[in-house]
Amino acid sequence: MYETKYHKASSADEAARLLAAAEDGKFLSGGQTLLPTMKQRLAAPTDLVDLSQIDAMKGITIDGKKITIGAVTTHAEVASSSELRDVCHSICDLAGMIGDPHVRNMGTIGGSIANNDPAADYPAAMMSLNAEIMTTKRTIAADDFFVDLFETALEDDEIITAISYTVPSKCGYAKFPHPASRYAMTGVFVSKNVDGTVRVGVTGAGASGVFRHEGMESALAGTWTADALKDCTVDANAMLSDIHADGAYRANLVKVLAGRAVASSC
Amino acid sequence: MNEGIGARVLRKEDKRFITGEGRYTDDIVQPNQRYASFVRSPYAHAKIKKINKSAAEGMVGVEAVFDGKQLTGDGIGNIICGWMIHSKDGSPMNMGVWSALATETVRYVGDAVAVVVADTAANAKAAAEAVEVDYEELPSVIKPDAALEKSAPQIHDNAKNNLIFDWEIGEEKATDDAIKGAAHVVELDVTNNRLAPNAIEPRSAIAVYSKAEDHYTLYTTSQNPHVARLVLSAFYQVAPEHKLRVVAPDVGGGFGSKIYIYPEEIVCLWASMKTNCSIKWTAERSESFLTDAHGRDHVSNIKIGFDKNHKIVGLKVDTIANLGAYMSLFSSCVPTYLYATLLSGQYDIANIHCNVRTVYTNTTPVDAYRGAGRPEACYLVERAMETAARQLGTSPAELRRKNFVGSFPHQTPVIMNYDVGDFAANLDAAIKAADYGGFETRRAEAAKVGKLRGIGMSSYIEACGIAPSAAVGSLGAGVGLWESAEVRVNPVGTVEILTGSHSHGQGHETTFAQLVCDRFGLPADNVQVVHGDTDKVQFGMGTYGSRSGAVGMSAIAQALDKVEIKAKKIGAHMLEVKESDIVIEDGEVKVPGSNKVLGWHEVCLNAYTAHNLPEGMEPGLKEGSFYDPANFTFPAGTYICEVEVDPETGHTDIVQFVASDDFGTIVNPMIVEGQVHGGIAQGIGQALLEEVVYDDNGQLLTGSYMDYAMPRADDLPSYQVSHESTPCPSNPLGIKGCGEAGAIGSPPALINAITDAIGNNDLSMPATPAKVWAAIQAAGTKQAAE
Repeated sequence: MYETKYHKASSADEAARLLAAAEDGKFLSGGQTLLPTMKQRLAAPTDLVDLSQIDAMKGITIDGKKITIGAVTTHAEVASSSELRDVCHSICDLAGMIGDPHVRNMGTIGGSIANNDPAADYPAAMMSLNAEIMTTKRTIAADDFFVDLFETALEDDEIITAISYTVPSKCGYAKFPHPASRYAMTGVFVSKNVDGTVRVGVTGAGASGVFRHEGMESALAGTWTADALKDCTVDANAMLSDIHADGAYRANLVKVLAGRAVASSC
Repeated sequence: MNEGIGARVLRKEDKRFITGEGRYTDDIVQPNQRYASFVRSPYAHAKIKKINKSAAEGMVGVEAVFDGKQLTGDGIGNIICGWMIHSKDGSPMNMGVWSALATETVRYVGDAVAVVVADTAANAKAAAEAVEVDYEELPSVIKPDAALEKSAPQIHDNAKNNLIFDWEIGEEKATDDAIKGAAHVVELDVTNNRLAPNAIEPRSAIAVYSKAEDHYTLYTTSQNPHVARLVLSAFYQVAPEHKLRVVAPDVGGGFGSKIYIYPEEIVCLWASMKTNCSIKWTAERSESFLTDAHGRDHVSNIKIGFDKNHKIVGLKVDTIANLGAYMSLFSSCVPTYLYATLLSGQYDIANIHCNVRTVYTNTTPVDAYRGAGRPEACYLVERAMETAARQLGTSPAELRRKNFVGSFPHQTPVIMNYDVGDFAANLDAAIKAADYGGFETRRAEAAKVGKLRGIGMSSYIEACGIAPSAAVGSLGAGVGLWESAEVRVNPVGTVEILTGSHSHGQGHETTFAQLVCDRFGLPADNVQVVHGDTDKVQFGMGTYGSRSGAVGMSAIAQALDKVEIKAKKIGAHMLEVKESDIVIEDGEVKVPGSNKVLGWHEVCLNAYTAHNLPEGMEPGLKEGSFYDPANFTFPAGTYICEVEVDPETGHTDIVQFVASDDFGTIVNPMIVEGQVHGGIAQGIGQALLEEVVYDDNGQLLTGSYMDYAMPRADDLPSYQVSHESTPCPSNPLGIKGCGEAGAIGSPPALINAITDAIGNNDLSMPATPAKVWAAIQAAGTKQAAE
């Protein structure tokens, strides 16, 4: 790791100021992607501005069906929140599948979303749950937030403060972990809303990162069963292809996991 | 409490390991210590046009920057392969030049070209990045079969078409004729995937040069410190042997990768002399992936001919083995004498022929890795046997049984002379433990919940304890393969064992002590095992090839024989009885059934006070032995694996794994079971998860644990391990060796189980979910077409 200067921010405003003053600074949340990247010398920020101790960005708020999760809430906190589990267990299950206990105790929802790793779990949930990403500047709909691999709508000095969504009538998440990294080889989050609409968010598979699958959404809006998906097609050419799996395999996983997510939903 | 042979004595060494008090090379800090960082080639193949060190030399904390021309200019020798193989035309192998720091050409990504010595590891690394190397990139070749093509880039001038040697064993014509006349021939093309060794402790070295004494010390992660000292002295001319001490303290796993002497140790020793500083280097995990010698990487074709009664009449193999960019220390013997000599498997086969071509490629050097040649042989034979059973419509178990060697000794057509075994006993034990006969019921149950259940078998044999030194010498080995031991009995009766073996996870401090407990009835706590330091221990050959039980412990047993004889003489003299009446047990020297009893310590004390010794006897109680084995040993067994495959995702769940092994005498069943568990875990890793992958330009794509999949606890089943033992007749304890069996026997059992489950035999390792799913699709398409 190259030398870097560490700053601990106590508010989002202070964090933005610290970043503005840095020559080539980066926000640090749980650090589960940024720090390994720095250790491999693939990133060399002059300054790190730590967001993880900003109290206003911590914690889970449940207001009826409205869920708000502070950006620096760790995966472990989401996974173990019994209050959240009571109203929306799928998001807790998803958080419990991320990495290992070390990662879950450090990594944060805001960090995961801001990084937009194409194999991260949370982006699928955000897309499916039609979440709002709240930042220091605005509120961004999930559909508009995730742009491309490792690319989001965030501006350089914009900080996610929280995410928020309304609990759907049914939702579920199914993940097939990558054999080495245990990221999602493919992960599918399905949600059925009170008005009958369905949203399907897919991570790990898409060549351009997280995406929604409209064909599966309309099929599931008709019948909320795994069987309803049998005539759906997933374009293998639009999938990632690498040494671990080709597009055809990932396309198959998208369909299989969507079915399993539906079957396990409640 | 009995702590002798056969007792489950808890490992003495674990207290320090579990409490974080182990003493590994990187834990050692020397006065005046500096740190080395290596400048490595980013290209798989390139000419070095110019190295500009001046920017790096001017950086903070930098002591020195050295390149390969300085190293070779000081007379440091090239790295060699220590086992000469001749091609079938009689020509010697084409060993290319390997300088510890490349001078003119780099041949794989990670090849070292320069070293920076600085006051901190961070400053050394920063300066290493500032060394400017001007490369002219050359075309590269990665795959072993492609390396032999005429159009392939030439990697070493003296190895035309990148061929290192073209070697054969067995009778080709007789084998061809036998297969031609066979009633049925099974043929398979098989790739054995390249693996990275992944010891938990990365390689590390500290070189300490004392100008005042003109003496060198090297602390290093070695499985064989004396061999390292010999090679560093005799071949690399780093230091004279008597002025070089090599210490291998606690070593955190080796699996073969720490047998070899690597560029980094050579360079650190030389740079220590140049700078008059102690120099430490510890590999980062990325460097381990790039530079630790890899394993396997064979491409083979196998044919087995059967007569109408399903008896094997001939077996023929053609193999291309990838040795990487340079010939590592034992690279040549792995795909030859450690491989093709095991192609007879457990079977009585009259005709065998194997041709092996080894090639250079622009990849990390390949050498022995847990099993070393034997997993490759076993995988070929056992996949072909299972395939044959399916094609012949017979039971895989019975096809094997029908062809088993039934009487011993048995001379195979490929050098090995199997001394003893009971292959059917292990097959029967495995079949019983696995409820082999009840499988179809379980398959039907699994089908009801949408799972494809399969069962696979592997009856492996391997060769350990290599071997009579004169025999291996005649086959090209540059060293003898005996082992040494010294047993020092202290005046108070406690015992020190100095062994030439080296423990890097095997538990020698416990098992070697158990030999003393067994012999004299002393508690294990009264025995200390000393190893890993050339200043303390007599010359020894180290630990690899599952040899420390069969060879290392045999040397200890021989030394104990001598101690016992002398102790009995002293005891008989003290008790005024005949030597032949004396028995040593339970810590006493006595005449059984009488009141003539001495404490062990009384005899030992008398040996050193020398107040009352037999006339003419020298004082002291210390004996040594060099044990040279009379034959290889032949561990063998049958493994049965049962899997459930999810047809929708291709995920394989190992639902049962049974191992029945014959290791001969077992000194500590707990440690042996641990070895089997670890070996099978590594075999499962190879079969399901692990593979080193390069892109077409020789860039390593699996350079971290994000892409190189190691087996984890939830990938592995609970094992059912048992033993059917026939003691080895050629060594004093009857030990065969157990360290590698698990990694040898398990991959074919697992792949046979998966191919059985999915109904498609066209499946290569690692059987990742994506590959298994694709194979299921292909099988389905084939069925539909039919």
